[in-house]
Amino acid sequence: MATTALPQGYLRDDAPGAIAWLKSWLLTVDHKRIAILYLLAINFFFLLGGLAATVIRIELATPQGDLMSSDIYNRAFTLHGIIMIFFFLIPSIPAVLGNFLVPLMIGAKDLAFPRLNLLSWYIYMIGGIFALVAAVFGGVDTGWTFYTPFSSTYSNSNVILTIAGAFVMGFSSILTGINFIVTIHTMRAPGLTWFRLPLFIWSNYATSLIQVLATPVLSITLLLVAVERIWGVGIFDPALGGDPVLFQHLFWFYSHPAVYIMILPGMGVISEIISTFSRKRVFGYEFIAFSSLAIAILGFLVWGHHMFVSSQSVYSGLVFSFISMLVAIPSAIKVFNWTATLYKGSISYRTPMLYALGFIGLFVIGGLTGIFLGIVAVNIHVTDTYFVVAHFHYVMVGGAIMAYLGGIHFWWPKMTGRMYNEVWGGISALIIFVGFNMTFFPQFVLGYMGMPRRYHVYPEEFQILHVLSTAGASILAIGFIIPIIYLMLSLRTGKIAGDNPWEATGLEWKTTSPPPTFNFDTTPIVNEEAYAYPPDAPERDAAAWKPGSPL
Amino acid sequence: MRGFPIFPEQASTFAGPVDLLYFVLVGLSLLFAGVLPFVILWLIVRYHRSQKVDRSNPINSSLALELTWSIIPLILALGVFFWGAFLYIQMRTPPAQTLDIYVIGKQWMWHTQHPNGKRENNELHVPIGRPVRLIMTSQDVIHSFYVPEFRVKQDVLPGRYTTMWFEATKAGEYYLFCAEYCGTEHSRMGGRVVALSLADYEAWLTTQGPIILPDGSIDSGQPAISVDLGDPMAAAGQQLFASLGCAGCHRDDGGGVGPSLVGLFNSEGSFADGTTAVADENYLRESILNPNAKIVAGYPAVMPPYAGQVSEDQLNQLIAYIKSLAETDGN
Repeated sequence: MATTALPQGYLRDDAPGAIAWLKSWLLTVDHKRIAILYLLAINFFFLLGGLAATVIRIELATPQGDLMSSDIYNRAFTLHGIIMIFFFLIPSIPAVLGNFLVPLMIGAKDLAFPRLNLLSWYIYMIGGIFALVAAVFGGVDTGWTFYTPFSSTYSNSNVILTIAGAFVMGFSSILTGINFIVTIHTMRAPGLTWFRLPLFIWSNYATSLIQVLATPVLSITLLLVAVERIWGVGIFDPALGGDPVLFQHLFWFYSHPAVYIMILPGMGVISEIISTFSRKRVFGYEFIAFSSLAIAILGFLVWGHHMFVSSQSVYSGLVFSFISMLVAIPSAIKVFNWTATLYKGSISYRTPMLYALGFIGLFVIGGLTGIFLGIVAVNIHVTDTYFVVAHFHYVMVGGAIMAYLGGIHFWWPKMTGRMYNEVWGGISALIIFVGFNMTFFPQFVLGYMGMPRRYHVYPEEFQILHVLSTAGASILAIGFIIPIIYLMLSLRTGKIAGDNPWEATGLEWKTTSPPPTFNFDTTPIVNEEAYAYPPDAPERDAAAWKPGSPL
Repeated sequence: MRGFPIFPEQASTFAGPVDLLYFVLVGLSLLFAGVLPFVILWLIVRYHRSQKVDRSNPINSSLALELTWSIIPLILALGVFFWGAFLYIQMRTPPAQTLDIYVIGKQWMWHTQHPNGKRENNELHVPIGRPVRLIMTSQDVIHSFYVPEFRVKQDVLPGRYTTMWFEATKAGEYYLFCAEYCGTEHSRMGGRVVALSLADYEAWLTTQGPIILPDGSIDSGQPAISVDLGDPMAAAGQQLFASLGCAGCHRDDGGGVGPSLVGLFNSEGSFADGTTAVADENYLRESILNPNAKIVAGYPAVMPPYAGQVSEDQLNQLIAYIKSLAETDGN
């Protein structure tokens, strides 16, 4: 039982009625309340995308099409891709955790442009509504990649509405990026120099740069598809005098960096978690910080590796392959530095730490199979097969979602003021890890055997592996549902967390949980580096442990 | 069901080298993905907070370590890159003598056409031990011609030719898949590739079935096998060349309004704007459909565009004919 009352902080409800309460949320300019709005909306889209994935996996349990027609199947995987990428993965960590934490971590009262922040959320919701309306009125069957001339001329589905949704969402992404960049540049607390910033801030900074620089290219590209589709202006369709490969260049010029929009903030989360639960400063701080920037920059130069078999010349194939190899290095640097952080630490197996360790394992597999795909001779065989599907799910689900869940658990006490059930937390993290591997590892084998992606029906000999994958997916689904239950329950019955339940460093832990509306009563002054655990912190933590303390 | 297969058959000359590189990559990955998790497991058990172990003098950075774990992966990555690069160049450089087969993709089937005029739907018969080059185009959206057992794949685009070559090594039937999503029946757009010994292939070429007739029309019949495996496509193209009136300007002796096409294929041409290009299939295609895109130096821009007037099949025939003019010139 809690002995002290929960501080209300930014969650304080002093509205005199239901309408006023609704207004206090829907018209708020508090970055923390906006983060909660994003959390609700983004999780809704995650469940919707997950539902589409469930339908797909059930259909693929048998080689013939028995649950639905090919047309419905194509709409299901398109819905899954569009919802998960544009409305879940891209905004997930920046818009929820970034929104909540960037001002807190740098000792600011709010983001630089609070109203713009609220506008970003509304723009995101409008984009989401476009996509949902498109889905309700028949859906779209182009795949999330909208390849031309199929999308611009041949598809008989709601292409325009869906494109409008992704187009509108892009502005939300750009505005959030601008907001973060300006905030990080101008609103750091006194004494908080660049090299004292938490790595989560570094990775969100790198992400924001990509959002601002790359998203406009996607917007223009989607607009051009719409122009060709509505007015028949020949841009991509060769029958109208256009070039279909031009679309792929423009699309991947955004969509490859977009992968780093998804994974970089996750890497920031992992650095925070690993350091906290090892009671140590993160190993090689500068190397992790600069590897984020290196990944952001290299990410702009490798789009052609999505197009090795699309009639690219041998010369450009080799150049794109070479640069893709280089991306492996900053990624490897991060993994090795996280591992080295564990050495001589005092490690505890709390739920966020389990997610962080799971992230490392899955990201390593996702990253290494990226090297397979970067080598053209191997890519020719496995591109557009399940090998690619498995690879990007290891990076996006195994990487981005594990980090998102780890981050949600890590900062849940800060966001709500309460602790969740630690036992169920650990159990569901393990279920997700096992379910994930069982779902996606067989898909590497399927891909090398030659099973093409986006297939509604398939030859019989692929069935065993598909059944394994579907079985894994049901375990994975259970793993995703459990946290929803215990996190909701914690809002009522969770133990009061206190300001700093993990005894972590960082400004966000120096204020109350949940924080007051303007975050800090007095502006904090920083006079130490990030993760300034004293050298004997691991020793003292271990010495204080006795049977019965948390593992 | 064929038991629990986890690996595709090796049925082309590329399959062995690609698989070898793949296994080396798997091996190198195991160095990291197989060892690192155990290192992490060991660390999190040994340094768990309940363990009384030495934690004195922890280090927070080490340039030597950072360099080690940057440079070793870099060297390994560059090693596999160069290995893959040489193999890739080989996979994209067809030998001088190939058996050219035309492929047309459309929603949702494949047409293939052999040099003697024999046509197939959703099937491709090829001889083993002989390099085969596919010259492919699409009538509508992007498709991709994929034969897993050969380890080859190439997107097939509307409005241009893409090519791919392979040499089958083992007689048998293999899957043919469309690997680029192309709409509703994408997963049913495929069939089989049948690899036969050269003798069986030549026998198969003369079996009853759809063929192309010298006037360019398609009918059912029994094609003759010609010694050089090269006649009917070019013959149909020659007929077309005459009936479209091309020969009026493109005279073989070079005295016409347009340039002579004898010896044109694979030669380098220079244009009115000072640029040059090699006359490959894509150049011939463009010059027929949209002749004003590149004007050969010294000739007037008077040829009308044929876009919309010739089918993909007819284009293939015209190009086969123009290519045959280069071969006779060379001999």
